[in-house]
Amino acid sequence: MQTHKYDTVIVGAGGAGMRAAIEATKRSRTAVLTKLYPTRSHTGAAQGGMAAALANVEEDNWEWHTFDTVKGGDYLVDQDAAEILAKEAIDSVLDLEKMGLPFNRTPEGTIDQRRFGGHTRNHGEAAVRRSCYAADRTGHMILQTLYQNCVKEGVEFYNEFYVLDLLLNEVDGVKKAAGVVALELATGELHVFRAKAIVFASGGTGKFYKVSSNAHTLTGDGQAAAFRRGLPLEDMEFFQFHPTGIWKMGILLTEGARGEGGILRNKDGERFMERYAPTIKDLAPRDMVSRSIYTEIREGRGCGPDADHVYLDLTHLPPEQLDAKLPDITEFARTYLGIEPYTDPIPIQPTAHYAMGGIPTNVKGEVLINNTDIVPGLYAAGEVACVSVHGANRLGTNSLLDINVFGRRAGIAAAEYAATADFVELPEAPEKFVADEVTRMRDASGGESVAAIRRELQETMDRNAMVFRTEQTLKQAREDIVELRARYKNVSVQDKGRRFNTDLLEALELGNLLELAEVLVVSALARKESRGGHYREDFPDRDDVNFMRHTMAYREVDPEGNESIRLDYKPVVQTRYQPMERKY
Amino acid sequence: MSTATVEKETTGTPDGGSAASHKISVTFRLRRFNPEVSAEVTWQDFRIDIDPKERVLDALHQIKWEEDGTLTFRRSCAHGICGSDAMRINGRNRLACKTLIKDLNPAKPITVEPIKGLTVLKDLVVDMEPFFQAYRDVMPFLITSGNEPTRERRQSSEDRERFDDTTKCILCAACTSSCPVFWNDGQYFGPAAIVNAHRFIFDSRDEGGEQRLEILNEKEGVWRCRTTFNCSEACPRGIEVTKAIQEVKRAIITRRF
Ligand SMILES: Cc1cc2nc3c(=O)[nH]c(=O)nc-3n(C[C@H](O)[C@H](O)[C@H](O)COP(=O)(O)OP(=O)(O)OC[C@H]3O[C@@H](n4cnc5c(N)ncnc54)[C@H](O)[C@@H]3O)c2cc1C
Ligand code: SF4
Ligand code: FES
Repeated sequence: MQTHKYDTVIVGAGGAGMRAAIEATKRSRTAVLTKLYPTRSHTGAAQGGMAAALANVEEDNWEWHTFDTVKGGDYLVDQDAAEILAKEAIDSVLDLEKMGLPFNRTPEGTIDQRRFGGHTRNHGEAAVRRSCYAADRTGHMILQTLYQNCVKEGVEFYNEFYVLDLLLNEVDGVKKAAGVVALELATGELHVFRAKAIVFASGGTGKFYKVSSNAHTLTGDGQAAAFRRGLPLEDMEFFQFHPTGIWKMGILLTEGARGEGGILRNKDGERFMERYAPTIKDLAPRDMVSRSIYTEIREGRGCGPDADHVYLDLTHLPPEQLDAKLPDITEFARTYLGIEPYTDPIPIQPTAHYAMGGIPTNVKGEVLINNTDIVPGLYAAGEVACVSVHGANRLGTNSLLDINVFGRRAGIAAAEYAATADFVELPEAPEKFVADEVTRMRDASGGESVAAIRRELQETMDRNAMVFRTEQTLKQAREDIVELRARYKNVSVQDKGRRFNTDLLEALELGNLLELAEVLVVSALARKESRGGHYREDFPDRDDVNFMRHTMAYREVDPEGNESIRLDYKPVVQTRYQPMERKY
Repeated sequence: MSTATVEKETTGTPDGGSAASHKISVTFRLRRFNPEVSAEVTWQDFRIDIDPKERVLDALHQIKWEEDGTLTFRRSCAHGICGSDAMRINGRNRLACKTLIKDLNPAKPITVEPIKGLTVLKDLVVDMEPFFQAYRDVMPFLITSGNEPTRERRQSSEDRERFDDTTKCILCAACTSSCPVFWNDGQYFGPAAIVNAHRFIFDSRDEGGEQRLEILNEKEGVWRCRTTFNCSEACPRGIEVTKAIQEVKRAIITRRF
């Protein structure tokens, strides 16, 4: 085992991690630990754009953006945080441009903007062009630009280091961040990183669903590490299903396709969104569009022999427009479906996409240990975190924004904290938890298969905890997960080696997915209302009296070692906007 | 994304036709190497039943998950955007996640081996460090002087278009590791680094062009390129790599860009 010492350690090198690293490296001795090479991070898969009220192409302002974010999140958004997001959006886009990001341009040479779901002029009057973009490769350009600037700033990376545990220690009765434990993929060696400040920026957890737009590596490692160490997870029941994933594969086709004029159609060719959202139609927020698609399918208006999908129709758009604005997604249709989007509609279905919930933080990125207190030295930003700017449903283009605004904030706050704080003593045998897990899985033989458990987990999540939920389906999911977790205790891996043991890492990742899936389901069972991405058919209305509050889930272990999940609630921060019915 | 586990037996083709997808038997011939076990390279055949409309990556997953957990490769996004899984498939560099089995003549064994010219560490995993070092050496970031403007720098759509092609690079190394010059001389910057230099040299906002051209004018720079076009053929993003290299060569001579 090796031990390292840094002022600031950042876990993850996606958009949030690298934005934080650029700030932290200027201010403190910083290391970035990442399980993927930075440019492999899933931020690179983001397509559509990044929201900011630049008003380059039409009138717009940050207050309208704040309102849309709050309303889009079905009023579960913390309004102080949403205001920061919308205000700082403008500089955060301009900063990226100055770092070199090649945005699409207007005829005047300024950053071009386009429409995206739920972003409106003057509190819902009509769709507004707010999304700054680079064709349908905005995330790719953000990831590349941030990596380029990390190279420029000399950021120190530990590539292919898997962080598997968070180390906390009590100082004068207060739990503080002490370090992290990581496994080096190339050698199998464990490393302990001591740090004064730690930023988790390890991304989402979408691989507990089968049909998903998320990368194989998005397994919620950061959320699970925090949860296991007794920290709460906020609003995990709110998971976003993006309306337009490639049928069965889940590969995302950006909402920008509808922003450019694409239309959703059922088997009769009907533009069905006109019935569900008469004003903004196909550009209604994602949760509404996803439910509408499934309603069409359930009522027998789905397409194909099994009537199990609908169409995204781009055929009325000029091929030049598709080539210029949507080159990648049209290529996906050609590569993976053999379909020519110029002439044929693309079969789509909702796909698991984004975790609104995560590690709770305040607006400085400081991690909360309960409703009010922080863990000194611990920060989180990006999809792993819940600030909460997305509430019950994230608006498209607000996540690329979130990772830049709050990545930057967390990086600055962490480095400034590190400048004044002392190192916290490591707990005894800091690597023990990880070392035991690794040994258990490597030494066992003939046990349960990782792939089989993962498949069953994904199947039950897709079937029971997706767009439509009821008490019955959620209970079924919970039962299945409990059983799968019991089987997981007997998992064994075939690869007994140390070098590049991805077999072992997949097993550890599965443990995280199982843990988090259970939190999602337990939180969803308790939320007996429908709000944003969480839709309960048995409680179809929003219930502001009982549920205008954030869920806080804690892991409890009794003296016999039995685990359970305890739920608590946290008030929503409301400033200027009173909850209204969400109509579009 | 988990298409490897998607079951397709009962469904029709995406275009609404009725032809149920079906599995066929395909042999994958994989180059295996694990220095922890043996210093020797071996070739191992796996015969699996799989829908030919699946990706080669799905096949590798199926083998890893159902037959041999020790099989090792990198992957993440599974749709050609992260650059993790460039490999030599039937003798050509491609992304495993962007190559459908049906496009490879599955009647014959499909060979999969690591990309060439970089040290193999285990099975299909190579040491990417020299590749990223060459990239870092061309100063792949916007270089400007003077005061920062308060708003964005202006750029016309034509100027933006000038370097659009090379902004698409995902650093997968398919080009560099298909280049015979790189195989023979690991010091050569390689096409990917030149592509990324091009991306800045031809960006109207950038002022570091001269410096980058000096770097690429050196012994291990663009002049080693023998214009074999392997790189352009290999690029999964459809970047005209050879053309970009030619444009850089011309810029060195004319100092115009
Ligand atoms: C297909 C797709 C399209 C999208 N399009 C848009 C869009 O147009 N607009 C928008 O606003 N949002 C979009 N989103 C959402 C947005 O892209 C993501 O939410 C955001 O990029 C997440 O960034 P991140 O930095 O938090 O995480 P990621 O970019 O996922 O990075 C996570 C990082 O953490 C590292 N990591 C993970 N686990 C560990 C570990 N155990 N140890 C060490 N390192 C670890 C990884 O290596 C990686 O570097 C899209 C999402 C998807 C999936
Ligand atoms: S130029 Fe093409 S082949 Fe070369 S690294 Fe970039 S994306 Fe890969
Ligand atoms: S897995 Fe990302 S490019 Fe193939």
